[in-house]
Amino acid sequence: MIKTLRLRALATVLGVALGLGAVGVVHAAGEAEPPIAVDWSFSGPFGRFDRAQLQRGFQVYKESCAACHGMELVAFRNLADPGGPGFTEEQVKVIAADYTIEDGPDDLGDMFERPGEPKDRFPSPFPNENAAAAANGGAVPPDFSVIAKARAGGTDYIYSLMVGYEDEPPAGVDVGDKYYNHYFPGHAIAMAPPLFDEGVEYTDGTPMTVDNYAKDVSAFLMWAAEPKMEERKRIGFQVIIYLILLSALLYFTKRKIWSAIDH
Amino acid sequence: MSATDSTADGAGQEPTRRDFLYVTTGAVAAVGVGAVAWPLIHQMNPDASTKALASVEVDIGAIEPGQSIRVMWRGKPVFIRNRTDEEVEAAKAVPLDDLPDPQTDEERATPDNGNLLIMVGVCTHLGCIPLGEAGEYNGWFCPCHGSHYDTSGRIRKGPAPANLEIPEYTFLTDTTVRIG
Amino acid sequence: MSPIPSEKYVPQSAFMKWMEARLPIWGFLYPTAIAYPTPRNLNYFWTFGGILSFCLVVQIITGIVLAMHYTANVDMAFNSVEHIMRNVNYGWLIRYVHSNGASMFFLAVYIHMFRGLYYGSYKAPREVLWILGVIIFLLMMATAFMGYVLPWGQMSFWGATVIINLVGALPLVGDWITTWLLGGFAVGNPTLNRFFSLHYLLPFMIAGVVILHIWALHVPGNNNPTGVSVKTKQDTLPFHPYITMKDAFALVLFMILFAAFVFYAPNILGHTDNYIKANPLVTPAHIVPEWYLLPFYAILRAVPSKLGGVLLMFGSIGVLFILPWLDTSKVRSGAYRPLFKQFFWIFVVVCLGLGYLGAQPAEGGYVIAARILTTMYFLFFLAVLPLLGLFEKTKPLPNSITESVLGKNGGGGMAGAAASGATAAPESKA
Repeated sequence: MIKTLRLRALATVLGVALGLGAVGVVHAAGEAEPPIAVDWSFSGPFGRFDRAQLQRGFQVYKESCAACHGMELVAFRNLADPGGPGFTEEQVKVIAADYTIEDGPDDLGDMFERPGEPKDRFPSPFPNENAAAAANGGAVPPDFSVIAKARAGGTDYIYSLMVGYEDEPPAGVDVGDKYYNHYFPGHAIAMAPPLFDEGVEYTDGTPMTVDNYAKDVSAFLMWAAEPKMEERKRIGFQVIIYLILLSALLYFTKRKIWSAIDH
Repeated sequence: MSATDSTADGAGQEPTRRDFLYVTTGAVAAVGVGAVAWPLIHQMNPDASTKALASVEVDIGAIEPGQSIRVMWRGKPVFIRNRTDEEVEAAKAVPLDDLPDPQTDEERATPDNGNLLIMVGVCTHLGCIPLGEAGEYNGWFCPCHGSHYDTSGRIRKGPAPANLEIPEYTFLTDTTVRIG
Repeated sequence: MSPIPSEKYVPQSAFMKWMEARLPIWGFLYPTAIAYPTPRNLNYFWTFGGILSFCLVVQIITGIVLAMHYTANVDMAFNSVEHIMRNVNYGWLIRYVHSNGASMFFLAVYIHMFRGLYYGSYKAPREVLWILGVIIFLLMMATAFMGYVLPWGQMSFWGATVIINLVGALPLVGDWITTWLLGGFAVGNPTLNRFFSLHYLLPFMIAGVVILHIWALHVPGNNNPTGVSVKTKQDTLPFHPYITMKDAFALVLFMILFAAFVFYAPNILGHTDNYIKANPLVTPAHIVPEWYLLPFYAILRAVPSKLGGVLLMFGSIGVLFILPWLDTSKVRSGAYRPLFKQFFWIFVVVCLGLGYLGAQPAEGGYVIAARILTTMYFLFFLAVLPLLGLFEKTKPLPNSITESVLGKNGGGGMAGAAASGATAAPESKA
């Protein structure tokens, strides 16, 4: 009896402890709003990237983001890789040639500039982090290579951030010379709203709205961060089917072997 | 399986069906092991970034007769030599019967400029880099194990089995060549 | 106690006779890995030893592969990991198997440890077996911690900073040892290089201790769900094919879970901040270790004193070393200990609660909760286990494993006999 009481006491203490924890959660969540959940073509175990969306997203990145945000881990040739935006080798050569790559040193020891080739990676807009900070009022624009995996909420967060700007901060909130964004932790973001309706000229008839730009560029960044996603899911499906088959066979084998044994 | 038989599980009545199950299970498991082995082997093959670097463009306009340059291609040196007329004549004068790896000089020199020779500068014996304008034939000489190449880069004497390799290349302009 | 001796290998073929006379490797392996007598009543919780061996092999193989492509330099480490993910053939697969493999390894080891705790597998004559297991656990934590530093993300860097600074709590020599471990005055290139070296070395030390662990297992033989020692050959089955096939089946089920993480949620157990390159000038808002270290992290932060936190954290593992002598009960298996059973489940919840709290910011109610749970954690070992053995009224034990098996499977008469005649001698030293 005494022991039962002690047990109950323990359970109560435990419950109170966990309850306190729950209160804490609510308190801590007041910071930024949770990102908007978007129904992405690539979510779920059979999700695939939408090639046209990735191509549009690349266009948005190139025209609206690339001036400040590099993508130093992605190579131009990746744009033609299977499971990606699906550009052709020829298109990739044209895209690459648009960029200027610093190469060298040449025979005289000087660095020189040449047009990009498919083997090159996206050049960073700033020579180093200090230059990036100096040109952007102290806030370094992050590299975009893995940004979709480097933010809690992933593409939902990126999309929400793009559409989460407010012209005027709510009453009583001072963001200084920064901008108010519903989804940015702390709400005061150094980046000016980067997307505007009609700001990027789509050629496939997709409505040219901030909402579409935000979705397309988020999808593109997901691909940039996880270029092997389609291969991963495809192989994963095969592996799991195989394992289920093997487990069934092993189950019957094991049962056969143990059939005469009491255990 | 012998252990199963010895432990009286009473399954001896239907040996065929039981064995079929065991063999199937074993075979499916073996397929899995094989499938796992492939990524572990394939990862050591050249990766995508290495394969993307498989060509290099070189400006050959400034190489005077009797001069050579070396460029790096796929991690190996490529010799580009603008040979003198004497060297070309010497190479052409050799009867094919004297060559361990018979090849005419025309087959080896660049098609539009018979004096220009582009070769992978790696000894076909064990991979050392031969020295230029050296050896008994005044071509290339590999100091590692004493292979002598002539002025066309053909093996003449020593342990190397083949002529110096000619890489794939294309002329983009008169003075620019892309190797690979 | 003297377990049932394994059947000896008698070579039949002329070749095996020739071989055995020169290198009797099969003569060594046969009684160990084939004929080894195993209690016939082991449940599926006993399959985790095999699963853990699998995890170790997977980590070593994928780790050796990753080391072929990884560059241990602060300027290149992050990009070399991404190079593996993007350029190396199947690099993404091998890296995801390795990073999720660590989590799978810990999941399995926790189940294995809680199984040992519940069924009293640490009690005489298996104390050394248990202690070797705790040593493996410590080595695993060290290996995992250093491995997490290698991708050189923000969590890598700041996790290393925080954990190494713990050592600074030691009086007098703390600062000196911290600098010595770092190879500098902050986490930097020397730290990364030595962590890489040690991360490569430690798994082989784990493999060595695993061999000792299995050796120490094969002397007294397996414990089993009843905790009653093996008495006759009838209580046992040969390891192969009975246990091997059961282990194989359980292993493939485990692999399905493993594959689900690797292929469909490869980053869910990691932290997003670790995809940001390490930056010594910016500390992440909340530094959290990987999930499997969270309970210990919660204990560390529960104490307001730096040294106290460190001591308590190491104490929480240190107490496992003396566990065989803290538990005073004469009955091994928790299945026959009604009160222990309840405290055991409370303890499981306490550990899960500590894990949850380890992921929360160290402020307000969380700290108070962590203190309560930390106290409960230590009370379980230092008060509950020693006292329970003195007061607890245990259920009657079956006379033998065979009897308990037959009783369960419908041998009603015998089970009844067991119940009445079960003032059976407590199983401790028999």
